Amino acid sequence: MRAVIALTSGGLFGLGLLISGMVDTNRVQGWLDIFGDWDPTLAFVLGGAIIPMFFAWRLADGGRTPRAGGMFPPRPNQKISPELAIGSLIFGAGWGLAGLCPGPSLASLTFGGWEGLLFLAAMIVGMLMAVPVKRMRASTT
Amino acid sequence: MIETSYIYGLIGGLIIGIAAALYLLGNGRVMGASGIIGGLVDGSAGHDRRDQFIFVLGLILVPWLVILSFDLAPKTNITSNPVIIVAAGLLVGFGARVANGCTSGHGVCGISRLSPRGIVATLFYLFSGGVSVLLFKHILGVI
Repeated sequence: MRAVIALTSGGLFGLGLLISGMVDTNRVQGWLDIFGDWDPTLAFVLGGAIIPMFFAWRLADGGRTPRAGGMFPPRPNQKISPELAIGSLIFGAGWGLAGLCPGPSLASLTFGGWEGLLFLAAMIVGMLMAVPVKRMRASTT
Repeated sequence: MIETSYIYGLIGGLIIGIAAALYLLGNGRVMGASGIIGGLVDGSAGHDRRDQFIFVLGLILVPWLVILSFDLAPKTNITSNPVIIVAAGLLVGFGARVANGCTSGHGVCGISRLSPRGIVATLFYLFSGGVSVLLFKHILGVI
């Protein structure tokens, strides 16, 4: 059951990223290019994605349990931490530079050429470089 | 004027939202791409490892099957400058893990929960993404 849900959800995520244009770096950079030829498409993508999730969270926070068992994720610590702000600034800089973020980098892997593979490899190295930072912060707070 | 890309964006966005809703209501997990990939590569996924690996398989294979079935030729239009690709990949991977989320986790799942953290993270990465394009495209002219 959990595996079937994971496969379906991952597949739908990939399909949505493909249809929406999130795998096209020109479209992503066009959205971020507010001083150039601005492309508002990503607002429709984000807006569209938020609608089903808004109702899903109302169900999840309404005291039900997940269909495949277990518990819903608790509300995370609501503190706006320095790593949330700094990490997001760093992430955004890379997102603007290449026009790819983690989901689309996987969704486009089969047609993104060596450039896509290189991006994924560098992204994984970046993720591993974050491990000691996260550990250090966890031990000081 | 409504461009066709807006309609595709909205339809694709709705499908992304349905995927996230299914993952949440079915498996009780937040559909955050950087958390899922990061958890697999650094070992923090723990007992979720199998499900998250299967999620990644679906994410990679379904777009491929759709492209083959409909004879599509989508382009990522990514730069072929390896220095830019590596720098961007490092920034994206490191930043998303330090911030504990990216466009899907903080953006889609966080904003829809009206989570202050998700909203703040999204404002910060949109801001630096805009500055990044301004700097590298219009000022330095390297992208």
